[in-house]
Amino acid sequence: MTGQQTQQQVPVEEGERRTWARESYEQSYSRDEAVKSSRYLIDVDRNSEQLARTLGWFSIGLGITELFMPRRVEQFLGVQHRSWLVRWMGLREIASGVGILSRRRPAGWLWARVGGDVVDLAGLGMALRSRRANTGNILGALLAVSGVAALDVYCARELRRTSRTGNERVVVRKSIQINRSADEIYRFWRNLENLPRFMSGLESVRGVNDHRSHWVAIGPAGKRIEWDAEIVLEEENRRIEWRSLEGSDIDHQGAVRFEAAPGGRGSFVKVEMVYNPPGGLFGGGVAKLFGRAPEQQIHENLHRLKELMETGEIITTQGQPSGRASSTSWRYDQTVRRAPQSAAQQQDEKSRALNPI
Amino acid sequence: MKANCWFGKRDVQVVDVPEPAILNSHDAIVKITSTAICGSDLHLYNGLVPTMEKGDILGHEFMGDVVEVGSAVTKLKTGDRVVVAFPISCGNCFFCRRELFSLCENTNPNAWLAQKLFGHSPAGLYGYTHMLGGFAGGQAEYVRVPFADVGTLKVPDQLSDEQVLFLSDIFPTGYMAAENCNIQAGDTVAVWGCGPVGQFAMKSALMLGAERVIGIDRFPYRMNIARKNTGAEVINYEKCDVYETLMDMTGGLGPDACIDAVGMEAHVPGVIGAYDRAKQAMMLEADRPHVLRQAILACRKGGTVSIPGVYGGFDDKIPLGALMNKALTFKTGQTHVQHYLEPLLGRISSGEIDPSFIVTHEMPLEDAPRAFELFLNKQDDCLKVVLKPH
Repeated sequence: MTGQQTQQQVPVEEGERRTWARESYEQSYSRDEAVKSSRYLIDVDRNSEQLARTLGWFSIGLGITELFMPRRVEQFLGVQHRSWLVRWMGLREIASGVGILSRRRPAGWLWARVGGDVVDLAGLGMALRSRRANTGNILGALLAVSGVAALDVYCARELRRTSRTGNERVVVRKSIQINRSADEIYRFWRNLENLPRFMSGLESVRGVNDHRSHWVAIGPAGKRIEWDAEIVLEEENRRIEWRSLEGSDIDHQGAVRFEAAPGGRGSFVKVEMVYNPPGGLFGGGVAKLFGRAPEQQIHENLHRLKELMETGEIITTQGQPSGRASSTSWRYDQTVRRAPQSAAQQQDEKSRALNPI
Repeated sequence: MKANCWFGKRDVQVVDVPEPAILNSHDAIVKITSTAICGSDLHLYNGLVPTMEKGDILGHEFMGDVVEVGSAVTKLKTGDRVVVAFPISCGNCFFCRRELFSLCENTNPNAWLAQKLFGHSPAGLYGYTHMLGGFAGGQAEYVRVPFADVGTLKVPDQLSDEQVLFLSDIFPTGYMAAENCNIQAGDTVAVWGCGPVGQFAMKSALMLGAERVIGIDRFPYRMNIARKNTGAEVINYEKCDVYETLMDMTGGLGPDACIDAVGMEAHVPGVIGAYDRAKQAMMLEADRPHVLRQAILACRKGGTVSIPGVYGGFDDKIPLGALMNKALTFKTGQTHVQHYLEPLLGRISSGEIDPSFIVTHEMPLEDAPRAFELFLNKQDDCLKVVLKPH
């Protein structure tokens, strides 16, 4: 086997509303690659991450030069007897470079680098007063450092903008194999009122008309969050895409595809969901609503869908006997069933069975 | 009702708990007539398998009478006498449809936990950690049986409990271990561990056409049972070098197939034993895989190593070089019990095998703590305990 993967070009369909490439996700199993191609439902903010990495390597390069060739640096700037200072600056540069590279979203380290830039600028300013100063070179260096500092500030702010706790855009992609045909699963899903049966935290979805629906979720501390959504793209038995309407409590987009799986494996159901916290009232709430690990939660939701479709019920241990006060384990309840279960769902687990097979 | 619950390392107690109820529509409630302690329960007893919680009801080998069925149960009715398979299986997923019942996708409510450790979750099991479902077990007066249509087998009245009880786990487990060996006429099969699973593996290997079966243990009473009931030759690993002896017995070829019916708590003498024990105690290594190492080294080139013994984690010093260069085949897995229920009941009914030969102790459920102690310490020549809840 070679590690090569063939990238098939699939023509983008006419009339498609967005150009996120479902196909590239299929073909390329390298998540990084796929994200870089940024043709997703929502483009992940990769530019500032890339910039941060470049700045990190720049730091390390400059740091190594300062650390090991301080005389050259002195010569270039036209100062003397400052090699210890140059070495020290080199160490600092390397430290911030490593810090930046060790994090995926190193906003904090970038701000530290901005501090370093200020020290550098001050140092260069002092060097200007040296009698042997090579004014031209120092001015050049000042300009370069200012430029890099500006980049640092820009990049750090960009990263902060999207990574402040609770205000992060939640993007989740998951897929699952279900031993039923694509059209059966499509029909079950298309009846949106079924969604709360397997999506945790969702209390109800009520159809307003064929394409519009009203969603009610139980947020943190039992707070109800409501919004309207519309189906924006639909292909019978193959896919459904929806998004929340303007002015909703939360900004939410979702897409689900139903594909025939090869060799009698039923279907693959592939889901992408995006929650854009608007800030303000619900800004901090959305991340909490969907748990600390939204990927995990969507995965569990899909697993419940699988259970419903394959067996007609969601297996539970809640209510079984044990030699302690609670029937199931408190510890695992906390982690497994993080989201509060809706009344409808509990009802569902207790009594309703979907055409037992 | 009374139930035998786990409360910590070497601490099980029979306590009063509520009776089970139907929770899912495919459930049934079974009134237990006989329930056994499995060697794998000892791993829990020794506190070596993570995600047990105080108060968990133990037990995954049990049988009894159906007293209540859920609305979606179609094949069972109240009054049926059934033996229950230890893996809980839905019957409809990719794996159940291929009769790989212990790999069922839909029966572990805590699948994500197992997935973190194993990459994928196997089926939920009775009384065997929260990672594998956290289901209440069957060392109790009553038990809830999810997916009862799939997980039970009706047994005829003329067969005694002791004859059919072990269909729930160890007989199919030993049988699958032997079946996994791809036995050809004339083969020699070596079985590490003459406990109940080892005994059934030896017996099954002979049923499947092996010429010669060699049991490896250190307890004379177990080796005697193996010799008497299965016609096995035996090796006492405390008295001789296992590899050398196996080579002597097979003209240097090695056994065509090796079965590890010991698993994670191998008794290992010497330095390697101290090494494994120390790592296990520090939670650096989940298992003591000594038997597996021996089996790989002893197995004939191109042969099969079959592992019914339970392992739980990440193990060190496994001779992968030998595995690869000797072109060995590995076969393992929790038993797909439901796949074996009917054919093995057939072998019992026809008199080909009477699994009750392994029972050495019968006790009331209340004596479960003492039974665990006897079984763990191999006291009183204990090979298998059957508990009677009623």
